Amino acid sequence: MRKLPESTVLAADYFQSYSVVGLLALVGVLFVAVAFGAGRLLRPVVPTPEKLLTYECGVDPVGEGWAHTQVRYYVYAFLYVIFAVDSIFLFPWATVFAEAGYGATTLVEMFIFLGFLAVGILYAWKKGVLTWT
Amino acid sequence: MNDALDVALRLLAVFAVFLVLPLVIGQTEHKVMAHMQGRLGPMYAGGFHGWAQLVADGVKFAQKEDVVPAAADRRVFQLAPAVALLPYLLVLVAIPIGPSEGAVGIIVDAGIFFVLAVMGVGVLGSLMAGWASANKFSLLGALRTAAQLLAYELPMLLAAASVAMAAGTVSLPGILNAFEWWWLPWQIVGALVFFVAGLAELQRPPFDMPVADSEIIFGAYTEYTGLRFALFLLAEYAGIVVLCGLTTVLFLGGWHGPFGADGLGWLWTLLKTAVLAFIVIWLRVTYPRLREDQLQRLAWTTLVPLALAQIALTGVVKVVMQS
Repeated sequence: MRKLPESTVLAADYFQSYSVVGLLALVGVLFVAVAFGAGRLLRPVVPTPEKLLTYECGVDPVGEGWAHTQVRYYVYAFLYVIFAVDSIFLFPWATVFAEAGYGATTLVEMFIFLGFLAVGILYAWKKGVLTWT
Repeated sequence: MNDALDVALRLLAVFAVFLVLPLVIGQTEHKVMAHMQGRLGPMYAGGFHGWAQLVADGVKFAQKEDVVPAAADRRVFQLAPAVALLPYLLVLVAIPIGPSEGAVGIIVDAGIFFVLAVMGVGVLGSLMAGWASANKFSLLGALRTAAQLLAYELPMLLAAASVAMAAGTVSLPGILNAFEWWWLPWQIVGALVFFVAGLAELQRPPFDMPVADSEIIFGAYTEYTGLRFALFLLAEYAGIVVLCGLTTVLFLGGWHGPFGADGLGWLWTLLKTAVLAFIVIWLRVTYPRLREDQLQRLAWTTLVPLALAQIALTGVVKVVMQS
């Protein structure tokens, strides 16, 4: 057999491990499908209009279920998106930062990075975003 | 052909763990909670101390009528439990329980990354359930679930990144190979942050505001009955298995132990996971529910700064050691 270049071999391994994950996902989907199918055969089906009513503590539902509610969480969502995107970059960096030749430089970089995150949180805190209004 | 058989056996093992361990933890919770509260808990099903209670529950759930409210978005409503449950199955495949290659479902290079990414998908199930139910309580519950995930995913990521820095790799077996006993005190803050944030992501008490029964019935799951409701419950307990397993692998040294790490490593992993699961149950019995704003404040003003401090500590110690 012809000898493959190393990168090709690595790529093959990569796909092999994720194809197993894919197979497991398939097993999971099958499990749910079988459970729902078997459930359909086992359970009684006796719908009445009252039963199909939206549950609201026993009284008739008022208005629509998709009612307007005050959503206070969107600020947290913004904060999360900003910080999560930042912290994703930590992972590739984490695997190399202590290698020979990086040392103190990467450490200083890390403190700059942490400083940015900390200032961001302090700013949000100062703005009163983190306390309930 | 042998490869195919090998893969099939691995998948079967992971699937068996996925079905059995959550039930074991659920049954333990019944009994432990009962005894902590001066009760006996289930005593009849199966004869010996009610060991078959959850099997009986499962049989009951399967026979219940499956009610989909007339106002609900039918397809999404029916699909939601599967979306909530399956991520935990996928995460289990990457968690190593022993030192050999045979003791892990499959070695995923980007272990931590894969695990955290897939776990985050589970919240979509709750969001789908809450939105599709067309019920005000469900919608409130779903939004609370999402807000909670947003708040606690960040400290969890940061704490996990600290371990990746310490080990110099993001592969889970790689982290365990690099583990030394003194990582335990070194990473203890990260471990606490990770565990607490994980509890909050699973919506376990005291972080169960999204399903607070006294104010919003059962949150996103209010309209669910029978089998679909059972799958949501299974997802919660599978989540406990995954969280405790991950904490064990990342922070407690997995299969490392004072002795017998070569042959009986998997026993150490199981033991540590079991102890953590017991703590999860214990916390449920001990603490009252946090209010929604307290929940958010704990994450942003306590856990995130702690996790950042842990990263700084890890970085300094690692670079000092290297030079």
